[in-house]
Amino acid sequence: MSTFYFIAFLSIFFSILVISAKNPVHSILYLVLTFFTFTIHYILLNAQFLAVVNFIVYMGAILVLFLYTLMLINLNKEAEPVKPFMVKISAVFGGGILAVALVSSLKSLGVSDPVVLKDPNLGLVKNLGKVLFNQFLLPFEISSVLLLSAMVGAVLLATKEKETKATI
Amino acid sequence: METIDLLIKIALIVIIFAISLVVAMYSTYAERKIAAFFQDRVGPNRAGPWGILQPLADGGKMFLKEEIIPTNATSFLFIVGPSLAILTACIGSAVIPWGQNLEIGGRVIPLQVTDINVGILYIFGVVSLGVYGIMIGGWASNNKYSLLGAIRAASQNISYEISMGLSIIALLMVTGTLSLGEIAKQQHGFWVDGYFSWNVFKQPLGFLLFIVCAFAETNRSPFDLPECETELVGGYHTEYSSMKLGFYLFAEYINMFISSAVMATLYFGGYNFPFMDMIHSPNLVAILGVVALFAKIFLFIFFFMWVRWTIPRFRYDQLMDLGWKTLIPLAIANIVLTGIVMTIFK
Repeated sequence: MSTFYFIAFLSIFFSILVISAKNPVHSILYLVLTFFTFTIHYILLNAQFLAVVNFIVYMGAILVLFLYTLMLINLNKEAEPVKPFMVKISAVFGGGILAVALVSSLKSLGVSDPVVLKDPNLGLVKNLGKVLFNQFLLPFEISSVLLLSAMVGAVLLATKEKETKATI
Repeated sequence: METIDLLIKIALIVIIFAISLVVAMYSTYAERKIAAFFQDRVGPNRAGPWGILQPLADGGKMFLKEEIIPTNATSFLFIVGPSLAILTACIGSAVIPWGQNLEIGGRVIPLQVTDINVGILYIFGVVSLGVYGIMIGGWASNNKYSLLGAIRAASQNISYEISMGLSIIALLMVTGTLSLGEIAKQQHGFWVDGYFSWNVFKQPLGFLLFIVCAFAETNRSPFDLPECETELVGGYHTEYSSMKLGFYLFAEYINMFISSAVMATLYFGGYNFPFMDMIHSPNLVAILGVVALFAKIFLFIFFFMWVRWTIPRFRYDQLMDLGWKTLIPLAIANIVLTGIVMTIFK
């Protein structure tokens, strides 16, 4: 249990650093660390497959692409857009209201009641596969269609438009 | 876990680390000798007999050189880069089964550090993490050539990871497990029930795809565009000197060793060798198995070097075309084909 609290502390610590870091590349690197702590959380829950997939997909692919884009656009202090004063004030106001709403919602929460899993090995590949392909087959297949449509959309956006012939 | 088991595990880890470092060290020597052979030269021959002490001399030189951190570099990340590169290169060896269980004095010693049931995915995760070392180092150098090298490395790794994953899926359909220990066990012997037991004979196309992707993931020629010296000075390690440069170069050789071990385990039977059932002492089989595995690994390392000194480097658009337009469709076709064949012969 103490491991959990330590890792949870690290997750929150790194995610605060993500938004407070001045340099965008640094904040992506803190995000990588945050995702790494999530991987450890999954391992603590004995969900090995989910842990490794989180590791490969989020840390190994998505965040590399984030980093890639940030390195290309070369953000620095001079290029940072200066927001007008009114926008800053309204942002502080909006953020404050959100904080009040979140804190007040905490009041209505009961003491957390941890559910003990019936099968502690649920997170292993074999069991997860059986559950996904028997019990949740339809949602699983529908989500694959969703991914396919996203892919088609990306291809559509990336293809060059046919050059219209210049009229002389 | 008992203390003695823990001690055995620690000893195993230390031995594997030492072996991978020594192999990586002597790979540099082998590479120079092989390059010399291919180009009809002599190669290093001054330090010790046949130049056998050359890697030690190189290592000593690396340690004693002046350390330079460029003024405009992000100094912390500049140091993190090579450290991460060597770390990710080393941790891949944890799930590889180096041999069958040894039995000494009634105690069974597994020659595998840990047999987690998602072993292949672990290797895959470590490989995908490897690109951070190069990217962070290249960006922190604050040099446009380094940055270009880092960006090339990132896009190359992501593109080839996809076809690597797809080629592994076809293999998983055949083996039905993600654990490397289990996969090595399934390929027992050489000829079982009228067919070869090694996976390369069941997945020839998958193996071809995997080895091409392994070349790309380890940034070896013909895919060494991140450090393409004709265009980018030295690529991502342009600004590095002393042992930090040494770590980057060393990480490449360790990666080569680990990926050779993975290929030998997944496709070439791991520690299994022909006629292993004719030897009746299990300990002897285990030791010969380790020897067989290392023989396969050295063959693969030789193959890596052979290709490097034979084939010229790709152009960048050719690299992307090969990855996205050739390897991925082939990998998907391989999955479909494997599925059809498995349904017919079930």
